[in-house]
Amino acid sequence: MSSATLFKTDPSLTRRTFLRVSTTAAGGLLVSLYFDLPLGAQQPEKPKAGQEGQGPKPEPKVYPPEAFVHIRPDGKIVIQVNRLEFGQGVQTALPMLLADEMDADWSQVIAELAPAADVYRDPLFGIQMVGGSGSIAHSFQQYRELGAKTRAMLIAAAAAQWNVTPAQCRAESSIVYGPNGQSAKYAELADAAAHLPVPENVQLKKESDLRLANKNVRRLDSRAKCNGSQKFGLDLDLPEMKVALVAHPPVFGAKVKNFDANAARAISGVQEVFEIPLVRGTGVAVVADRFWTAKQARDRLRAEWDTTSVERPDTTQLFAKYRELARTPGNVAIARGDAKAMDSISPANRILADYEFPYLAHTPMEPLNTTVRFDGDRAEVWAGSQFQTVDQMAIAEVLGLKPQQVTFHTEMAGGGFGRRATPDSHVQREAATIAKRLRGTPVKLIWTREDDVQGGYYRPMYVHRIEIGMGADGMPAAWRHVIVGQSIVAGTPFAPMMVKNGVDSTAVEGTADTHYAIANFQVSAHHPAVNVPVLWWRSVGHTHTAFVMETLIDELARRAKADPIAYRLKLLSPDAKKLRGCLALLEEKTVSWRNSVDRNHAVGIACHESFETGVACAVEVSIEDKRPRIDRATIAVDLGFAVNPLTIESQMQGGVTFGITQVMPGGAITLKDGRVEQRNWDGYTPPYMKDAPVVAEVHIVPSSEKPSGCGEPPVPVVAPAIVNALSRLTGKRYRTLPLTEI
Amino acid sequence: METFKLTVNGQEKEVTADPGTPLLWALREDLKMTGTKYGCGIAACGACTVHLGGVPTRSCVVPVSLVGNRPIVTIEAMADDPIGRVVQDAWISEDVVQCGYCQSGQIMSAVALLKNAPKPTDKDIEESLGGNLCRCGTYLRIRQAIKTAARQLT
Repeated sequence: MSSATLFKTDPSLTRRTFLRVSTTAAGGLLVSLYFDLPLGAQQPEKPKAGQEGQGPKPEPKVYPPEAFVHIRPDGKIVIQVNRLEFGQGVQTALPMLLADEMDADWSQVIAELAPAADVYRDPLFGIQMVGGSGSIAHSFQQYRELGAKTRAMLIAAAAAQWNVTPAQCRAESSIVYGPNGQSAKYAELADAAAHLPVPENVQLKKESDLRLANKNVRRLDSRAKCNGSQKFGLDLDLPEMKVALVAHPPVFGAKVKNFDANAARAISGVQEVFEIPLVRGTGVAVVADRFWTAKQARDRLRAEWDTTSVERPDTTQLFAKYRELARTPGNVAIARGDAKAMDSISPANRILADYEFPYLAHTPMEPLNTTVRFDGDRAEVWAGSQFQTVDQMAIAEVLGLKPQQVTFHTEMAGGGFGRRATPDSHVQREAATIAKRLRGTPVKLIWTREDDVQGGYYRPMYVHRIEIGMGADGMPAAWRHVIVGQSIVAGTPFAPMMVKNGVDSTAVEGTADTHYAIANFQVSAHHPAVNVPVLWWRSVGHTHTAFVMETLIDELARRAKADPIAYRLKLLSPDAKKLRGCLALLEEKTVSWRNSVDRNHAVGIACHESFETGVACAVEVSIEDKRPRIDRATIAVDLGFAVNPLTIESQMQGGVTFGITQVMPGGAITLKDGRVEQRNWDGYTPPYMKDAPVVAEVHIVPSSEKPSGCGEPPVPVVAPAIVNALSRLTGKRYRTLPLTEI
Repeated sequence: METFKLTVNGQEKEVTADPGTPLLWALREDLKMTGTKYGCGIAACGACTVHLGGVPTRSCVVPVSLVGNRPIVTIEAMADDPIGRVVQDAWISEDVVQCGYCQSGQIMSAVALLKNAPKPTDKDIEESLGGNLCRCGTYLRIRQAIKTAARQLT
């Protein structure tokens, strides 16, 4: 898409949606967005008089329903963000886009996380969610148009007041200026603007006229997150609220045989102990006046579990089974060129490689939690959810309500990385099940860190087997690739869309659609069913496919005695514009040091495209205390038009650090006889400061193309880049993660 | 249940709780000071770091009964602390935070470091903040912000 098309109104949004303006009781302008049919039929029902909930009411969070923009009489501009904020910066970036088109005074902008409602659904995915690095890609146009239309109405109101034409007026920093020295603040014009028709089409700004977008803008939530005042879901405190913990089965899906709660109930402050159904198996819920009481009570619970009727997975046995499966072709993901091309290549010119990857937990800093109050005919929910629509429906189902009867507040979340996007809403279902029994009382369900580490929903284990035949030119002439691992989407509503020919696209993405031009190329997959719940982990399939591809390509480059950047550029398809641009920029930014590092240091290169964003990185690595020390990293990224370069820089730096989880010696979840062997961050060890790069420079490829995301794309490149550097230092190949030995 | 007298951010407070209750939960649930965060409960992440008698301490493993008369200082007091304020401002100017959940603990560790070592080296920073986990991976911006704050303080 060219610059001209990017900065032009996309008619698709105006066809599907319409805006409405109104005033509030307190004055000001509200700009609300409505979808036309069929979603328009699903707008939240307001409770009828006399039917409102009877339970204790929390302090009301006031947001006008369905509004995106609210110009308050005091000049503050409140913008609703249609997605969860959990670190990725969308709570700043989307308001930037809207405020820019609106010519709003940025210092007066307040961003709020919107509750669950149809109008806040992702314009492309059709549900309210954060995932697939799609927030900016999908809402870029939407937020710009909202801003432009709001501005047009404010200018029209001013023009009418001054008896001039809108074209004679201009706006800047929340003030409209007329041709004869007139001026009026947005807040003064808001009531008049609220009575004007909403323009159907508006001209969006030219790139050169943007004042906020493409500039380094600091986050709106920093101060609150630095002084302790930011409230996360776990910090919620409601009158008469109780805290619930659940004793989960020691093996996934097991059921309670019997339990003795006498010791638990004897603790002062314990309100209820009862068995509950879970998405998998059953559990025992403990409800108390506070967390520590609930924790003590759960520790004293004596429960016996029936673990005989469920499969008890074991990591060692699973790997043995996966290795066997990898020796046979699976369901075909892609078959290009001549499948027999390998046969004509001599064994001396072939590489056979076996890779193994463990289960990985997300472990976001804020433990999982959800608060629910059930009032009989309606319910109220507070959750940091990546999947508001899905979770709202699940809670409604448990409580026997319609989704519209469940008011769903989106709470600021302390990280997520995919863990708060569960198709089965298992945490929300637990919370709702408990709240149903305590009608009228708000109940905060907390998963302790141990519940989280042992609770499943991991990045799946995978085994890859690859056979590569090299041509006389040192480039891969034939490539056979088998991937073995559980399907993430099997059995979920996402399966019809994401499983093709028996292949879950989340298992093969990054390999089957590689941008390397390999003529004879076969990728297939096996998806064994295993009794371990699995889930997307920041960058999903690319976590393992990029590792395999980028370490093998590096190995090929070394065999060909070629420069790793030059070799990649030679092998990449001419269409791989983003990766080519990233590699060229990486070369430019590292040429001064890449080939002249200290004797005990080495540089590793990797590049990968995911979620339509290209990333290339170079890491300088040394070995310290038998561990890789990442002395510096340089990252080049092409994500189209860069909305907030400062956030992009942070996401690249943070994303590569998150990716280092994969090479940490404790970066694995393992099972023995059905039980998870790690309990907390002492056994499952993510990267700390010394494991992260000391310096990480980020360079953005200048672009006016359609923007893509930045949350996930940095994650896949770092582990292969580190390992490629280590290989140069030690001469060894590393095909099993985590790296327990160097 | 017992009643404990605590000095939190210079104010006398009373908490009636089980003696084994970690200071973290006394702060969060009894005193409603939720700036101090629960991350792991085993002193593995540092999200719950407070200053106890001037020493950075993991409040998730200190029973409220063992606090005694040592003063407790939390993130809520940092805006009024001469070093705390500079550190917060450096965090904002370097755009450190992402999800922000670990940052109370990071800032408490950083302030304790700067109180003892006004010009910290990279190694000092790694030693003092080495046990503060950040899943978003803001470590290198934290390093930068500490250096910025140190420059402003000298």
